[in-house]
Formats: sequence, structure tokens, C-alpha cells
Amino acid sequence: MARKTRKPGRTLGVFFLALAIAYGLVAVGASWKPELGLDLQGGTRITLVAEGSPSRDALNEAKSIIDQRVNGSGVTEAEVTTQGNNLIVVEIPGKNRADLVETVQRTAQLRFRLVACTESAACGAAAASTTTPTAPTAPGVAPRAPVGFGKADTTPSPTATPTGAGTPTDTATDGTTPSTSPTATGTAKPDTKSSSFDAAVDFMNNPPADWAQKFNDYTCPTNAAPIDDDPAQPLVSCSPEGEKYLMSPAIIEGRDITDASYGIPQNDVQYAVMLDFNGHGRSIFADATGTIAGTGQLFAIVMDGQVISAATASSRIATGAQITGNFTQEQAKSLSTSLKFGSLPVKFKKDTSSEVVGPTLAGDQLSAGLWAGAFGLILVMIYCLLYYRGLGIVVLSSLSFAAAWTYALVLLLSKTAGFTLTLPGIAGLIIAVGITADSFIIFFERIRDEMREGKSMRVAVETGWVRAKRTRIAASFVSLLSAAILYIFATGVVKGFGFALGLSTLIDLAVLFWFTKPLVSWFARFRFFNGGGKLSGLSPETLGTDMPVAVGGKA
Amino acid sequence: MGKFSRLGNELYNGRRSIDFVHKRPLWYSISGGIVLAALLVVIFNGFNFGVEFTGGTEVRVSGLTSSQATQSTADDLRQAIVDAGIPGAEEPTVNTSGDSGMSIQTEDLTQANDQRLVDVITSVVDVADPAKQISPSDIGASWGRQVAQRAIVGVCVFLVLVMFFIGLYFREWKMSVAAFAALFHDIVITMGVYSLSGFSVTPSAVTGLLAILGFSLYDTVVVFDKVRENTHNLRESRTTYAAAANLAVNQTLARSINTGIVALIPIGAILYVSAVQLGASSLKDLALSQFVGMAAGVFSSVWVAPRILVHLKSNESDVKMAEKREKARARAEADRYASVPTFREDMPVVETPRELDLDDLDDDQVELEVEHAERRRASDTTATRLGQGRVAPPARGPVRESGASGRQQPTRQPRSQRGKKP
Repeated sequence: MARKTRKPGRTLGVFFLALAIAYGLVAVGASWKPELGLDLQGGTRITLVAEGSPSRDALNEAKSIIDQRVNGSGVTEAEVTTQGNNLIVVEIPGKNRADLVETVQRTAQLRFRLVACTESAACGAAAASTTTPTAPTAPGVAPRAPVGFGKADTTPSPTATPTGAGTPTDTATDGTTPSTSPTATGTAKPDTKSSSFDAAVDFMNNPPADWAQKFNDYTCPTNAAPIDDDPAQPLVSCSPEGEKYLMSPAIIEGRDITDASYGIPQNDVQYAVMLDFNGHGRSIFADATGTIAGTGQLFAIVMDGQVISAATASSRIATGAQITGNFTQEQAKSLSTSLKFGSLPVKFKKDTSSEVVGPTLAGDQLSAGLWAGAFGLILVMIYCLLYYRGLGIVVLSSLSFAAAWTYALVLLLSKTAGFTLTLPGIAGLIIAVGITADSFIIFFERIRDEMREGKSMRVAVETGWVRAKRTRIAASFVSLLSAAILYIFATGVVKGFGFALGLSTLIDLAVLFWFTKPLVSWFARFRFFNGGGKLSGLSPETLGTDMPVAVGGKA
Repeated sequence: MGKFSRLGNELYNGRRSIDFVHKRPLWYSISGGIVLAALLVVIFNGFNFGVEFTGGTEVRVSGLTSSQATQSTADDLRQAIVDAGIPGAEEPTVNTSGDSGMSIQTEDLTQANDQRLVDVITSVVDVADPAKQISPSDIGASWGRQVAQRAIVGVCVFLVLVMFFIGLYFREWKMSVAAFAALFHDIVITMGVYSLSGFSVTPSAVTGLLAILGFSLYDTVVVFDKVRENTHNLRESRTTYAAAANLAVNQTLARSINTGIVALIPIGAILYVSAVQLGASSLKDLALSQFVGMAAGVFSSVWVAPRILVHLKSNESDVKMAEKREKARARAEADRYASVPTFREDMPVVETPRELDLDDLDDDQVELEVEHAERRRASDTTATRLGQGRVAPPARGPVRESGASGRQQPTRQPRSQRGKKP
């Protein structure tokens, strides 16, 4: 007999301690009521109105991108639908989620442009001569090319009813569909790439006089209105601080970004958004940084027409880029999510409506479902008590503790990961009752089988456990795998279901290993259970054998 | 309970056994027939896809007083629409929107039915100006093609991974194949029953079906684990693969029945309440697909998967050999003294070992010959030792576990040694 299995008390103690800690955390940080999903509690409905009349495909693409944005991180199970010809409706669980409007409607068209003129480097002169503008202060360059300036508001809030005749609006006719417009970097063909890039460099060094004029006439707007941003055209725009820039046509576009993440870089204190490019974007970025290295010239990162970052480079950078600024964690997360899942092919009107919607499932349905589930559970418990008698107590207590763990973890996860409990989620948990109970059934049937071979209960518990454990782990692995795949690939309610299933499988394993097994080992010391009495559930009669159960001294 | 327990014991030690692996033509045709019927139902009856898949109509009611835009009014309205039985609006989704609005989602409605729906709405809530306050609009599918594609990719990845896992864990790809055949059986039956029920397909129903993927394989793994344990060493256990597998299924039968009961009771309760008592509810979609799928899963893990496994294994040489050994044993058991030669006058005292001509014999005979040769050799040595003391009888097979659990067993001492300290 393995020595460690002889100390069931200690394992039980640790188990109860962990449970107490979990509930302690709940008491400190979370509420006692789990966050319910859209169907059970209602939520916030955000209605986005598209500008113009986008094609159905574009609207559907926008829908799926928004879907990924709101469901991409976590298990909130928002629902996104198109409505009519120009509406996208986003429903998010929770009453006060209007803060998500930003994330949802940001078109997130990110472009890298070369800066021809800034206010500090007057460009009238640069336009006349071909000399490289001696350019302004620029932040130091780290391996990842941090580019930054003071405050970069992630919202495309500023911008402009354009003032003056020379605004870029007149040039941008198809700026909303970058995929079709002949952009500077649009194609991967090397010749066009280099020629458009060369054109951009040329523009940076010799901005044409008419653009220089526009730049000089331009004043940064103070009120919020979107700027039309045509990647094939130069752009005059401002940073949130009100510094204006004249920039070349776009050299890198948002779709060249393969991944975006956020975090606090080493040796830094502020959040930054890290970008990774595909091969095309990386080579262009390397060329661009190579061209401006040492000259003091700038490149700018433009988001939805607004300059969010401008910097120079001291050397050729062949890795990804990094956007720094005064980001809060929320802002950095929102920006990286928007960049990661791509830009929207559709622009939306500024005035989005958000309203609170009620649950789609009638109140009586939820309570009826819960009552039915509870009733079913009671039947299961009665059945277990009848069939396993004394051991039925083990089933009851194990199921109760599994339920307690599930409740605690659901509370904690709705606080930390935004997990919301929907109807399928609850159903997943109820189905898990069957799987959880199955783990005890496998174990008990093994014990009974071992005892039928003439072993005493104490021995049978240990030998039965060895075999039941193997079966259990293999079977749970299949369950976990299915839960994980559902979680990774599915969206919406199925995701929540997968999450609930995986959670309950893990809890089941934990309860089986750290509660049920030690409890049965401990019970096996008592005469009531190992004596083969009628109520123990392990009497010769219930085993169906004729020989007496092995008991006593060394048994 | 007592009888059931006794049955459990007899199933365990093999005294009573239900045949789960033979009669393949019969049970294959029954299972295959059910699956085929389900497939036909799916093909010809089809599914009634819900709003989430096909899109539909959303009717917004605005400008209600705040006393009317409440959850209870929404519930009343839902019930009223269900009771009206408008085609396409049998299962409406009704919820409050904002402080003064209500939105109703149904499948696509015809013009006339649109009007009927508006009539129902005005009969439940006070609407001063229906033309202004009630505005229908088309809504798209929230579960469009992309969601479906992702789900299909997910399912494929899952199936491939599980196939590899089962193959690796059991070191037996045929177990994966059998498990997948059982899975296919379960899924098709579930879909067939769902199609027959006429419930509309909602994300809940799809969720239920996806959960069946996991559960069916899970249940099969549990049964196969026991099969693997029993068939681990066929030679040593002196049995055939089919018999060992059948014993395994019989031994797990009590567990399968218990698990089936325990898993189905709660879902059955939910199904009853949601389908019979509540009527329109997305709960019943989930409960139905789960209930049918789980029942089919438990059934197929006992009735379908082992049979297919044994069928697949029946061509393996190891299994065939075990089969032949079993036959030979049965023959030997039928007439134990068949190999004893009848006495003739000129019989040699010691039989000269015959040269075995291996090429002439098939496997069966080789096996028998080898066994006979061994027995002869054993009897030879016995004969030479006769009269030289006690002779241990020849071992009939490899030594098996004694069931003594490693405890020291009492030994019988000679009378002269009894009661003395060693």
C-alpha cells in the first residue's frame, strides 16, 4: 500500500482550505450573484448606422469583425446581427456596457505614412529645395522601434469639419474601402511596392507645392468629425496635441499587421501596443526606417485619419513596431483588439444609439428550467442513495462540493474574465452532473468488482482506485478536449457552453482526486462500511456474492 | 435491488452474459436501419432553421408608457403571440428595449401575417398610433456562414485530435474507428429525432449536438478501457478476443446503466418541463438534442462500438490464433482421452517423436501439434521419473494471480513439523 494514500485526512483538509479560500476571494472581490447572459438578464444594445449604402458583403464582413472584437477576448457572449441594409446591432450582456461603443465602431484603419512637414520643420523650404529637412527631436530608438509622443488618445475623437478649401476631403472618394483602392502598398508585387514606396520617399523629401500650401492653410480642428483618409493620397492631419503633419501616401496598411498585443515593455512604465507585420509590411518598414535613419525625418502612424504617433529611427528596423503613448490599460487593450481583428470596411455614423434591453428568455422559463434541474438532481440523489446506500453519502457530498466549487469559480470568473452564464452554459453545468456522477459510479463499481474477487473493502478501495483513476483521466481528457475545441472555434453561446463544460470537467477531476477518494479511504476504516453491513452498500447481498465480505484485523 | 446486484455479480464473473459482440448481421442491420431511417428523415424532412440561422423580421414597438415596457408585459406578449399561432411566429423572442420599447423577433413573415402580428401586439399593449409606433425591419442571421464554417473547422479539428488520442491511448487505431462509428450513429440518430420533432434549430440545439460529440466519445472510452484491460493478454487469460471483450462490456454494464440513468434524469426533467409545460422555449431544443444524444451515446457504447471493434479485430492473426486455441481447448475438453492411443500388440513403448512437416500444416494444426508435442514431452519426463518420489503434475498454463493480494498464505506442514518453531 502506498504510504501517501494512508493520509486521507490531510488531503481533505487541504481541499476544504482551498474551497474556503475560493469563497474568501469571492467575498472580497466579487458579488454573490453570477453575471447572467443576454438571454437571462438582458444587456446593452448598440445600433450602428453605416454611412452611405455599403454592399451586403461589406456589411457582413464588418459584422464578423465586430463579432471578433467583442467576443475575441473572454466569454461575454455578445451577439452581433445585421439589420436592414445599413444597420449592425450589437447586443452585449450587462446593463452599462456603453463603454464598448468605441471598440465596436472604431473603423481602425491604421496606416504608416512618411512625414513630409511638421510645424516645427517648415516645409515651404523643403518643397523648394531638395535638402533633407533637419528634423525635430525624436525619441530614442529601441530594438522594437518605439515611436511615441505625449498623449495618444486612442479614440478617433478629434478631427474635423475641415476648414478651408484645401482639405483632403475632396480627394477621398473611396477611402472607406481600402481593399479596392489602388493603395501605395496594396499589392505584394515587388515592383509596384518599391515604386510606390519610392514615390512616398520622394514625396517626403520634395512635397509638391500645392500640398505644402494645403498644409500651411490647415488648422487643427477642435471638434470631432471623421477625416477621410485615402491611402493613395497624401494626408494633412493632426495629432491629439494639435500638432499638424503633412504626410506621404500610406506605405504600410493595417492589413499588413499580423498580430497586435499590448503590455508594458521592459524598462518602461507605460502601456504600449506591439505590432507584428507580415513579410511585405516588414520589408517596407525596414526600408522606411532605413531611409529615415539618421536623417531625423519622421514616420507617422495614422489611425482613422488621426496621427496617433510619429517618430524617427536611428537604424534600420527589421522587426515589429511599437506604439507608445499615455495609454491606460483599457485603451491599449481596445486599440490592440481593434488592430488585431482588422479594420472595418464600413464607416459608421457618429451618433450610435445604445439602450438597455431586457432578457429574451421569459422569467418563468429560467425558473422552470432551474426547478426541473433541481428536481432531476434530487431524483439522482435518491437513486444513488438507494443503489449505493452508505456510499451514496459520498456521492451526495461530492456532488454538493462540486456544486460549491462551480458556483465559486463562476462568481470569480464573471468578475475577472467577464464570464456570463447563459442558458446553454447552465445546461452545460447540468449535463456535467451526469459526467461528474459517472466518475463516482466508475469508482464504486470498481470497488465492488474488486470485493467480488474476495478483497476486503480497504484493499478494494486502493486497487479499484488505481484502475478507476486511469479510466477517469482518459475519459475526462476527451471531455476536456471537446470543451477546449468548442471554446476556441465557436462563437457566442457555444463558446460559453464549452467553457462551462471544461470548467465542470476540471472541477470533477479535482473533487474526485482530492475529495471523493480520500473520503472513501477514510470511510473504509470504519466498521460501518468495511464490515459488510446492509446499509454500507457493500454487503455480500448487494455485491451479489455468497461468500462473506473479508473483514477484520488485517483486512 | 438484491436481484439486480446478483445479476451484477454474475455479469462480472461471466456466469451470465449478454452477447454484445456476436450476431453481427442481425444487429448491424438493425443499427444500420435505424441510422439509415434517421438519415432519410434528415434528408427528406429537413430542419426548421431558426431566426438565428435564416434571419427574419424584427418588429419594434416604441413609445410605450414605462408601466407597459416591463418584463411581465414582454412575457404576456410572447404568450399571446404563441397562442395566436401565426405561421413563422410560433417561437417569438420578445424583450424590452430601453424604457419605452419592446422588440419582437420572428422568422420571415408574409404581409398578411405581419398584420396579424400587429393585431396581437395592439391587443396586448396600448399603442396609440400603430403605423408610427410599430416598425418591422429585416434582420440578418447572427449565425451566418462564417460562424458555421468556424464551427465545422472546430469539429474537424476535434475529431482528428480525439482520433489520435484514442489511437495513442489504447495503442489501437481500430478502437478509434469503432468509437467514431458509434459517434456517427449517435449524431445521426439525434439529428433524425430532432428533425422529426419539428423543433426549430437554434444555437441551443447546435450546442446540444456538439456536446454529444464529447459525451459519446467519452462513454465509449470508458467501455473500451475495460475492453483493453481484459484483452490485454489473451494468451495468459486463455480466452478469445470476442469473449474477453464481451466480458468487459458485461462487467461495465452496471456502470453504463447507472450512468445512463443518472445523466438522463435531470435532462429528462428539463425536457419534460420545457417541452410539455412551457411550450415555446429555447430550453427544450437543448434538452431534446441532449437527451436523445446521451441515450444514443450510452446505447451505442454498449451495443454498437464493441461489436464493430470485435469485427475489426477478427482478422488479426493474434486474435485468430486465440480463436483457434479456444477451439482446440474446447475439442480437448470434449474428449479428454482422445489423444491416448488404443492399445495394439506391436505398439512401441515410447512413441518416437514424429518429424513435423510444417509446410503441410496450417496454423491450426501447427498449434495443435506443438501443444501435443509439449504434452508428450511432459509425459515422457514424468515416465522417466516414475518411482523416484513425488511428481508434480504438468502445468496447465501460465501461473495466474491467486487473488490472495500478496498476503502470505498458510502452508500445510508435515505432521511431524506441526506446532514447532521453524
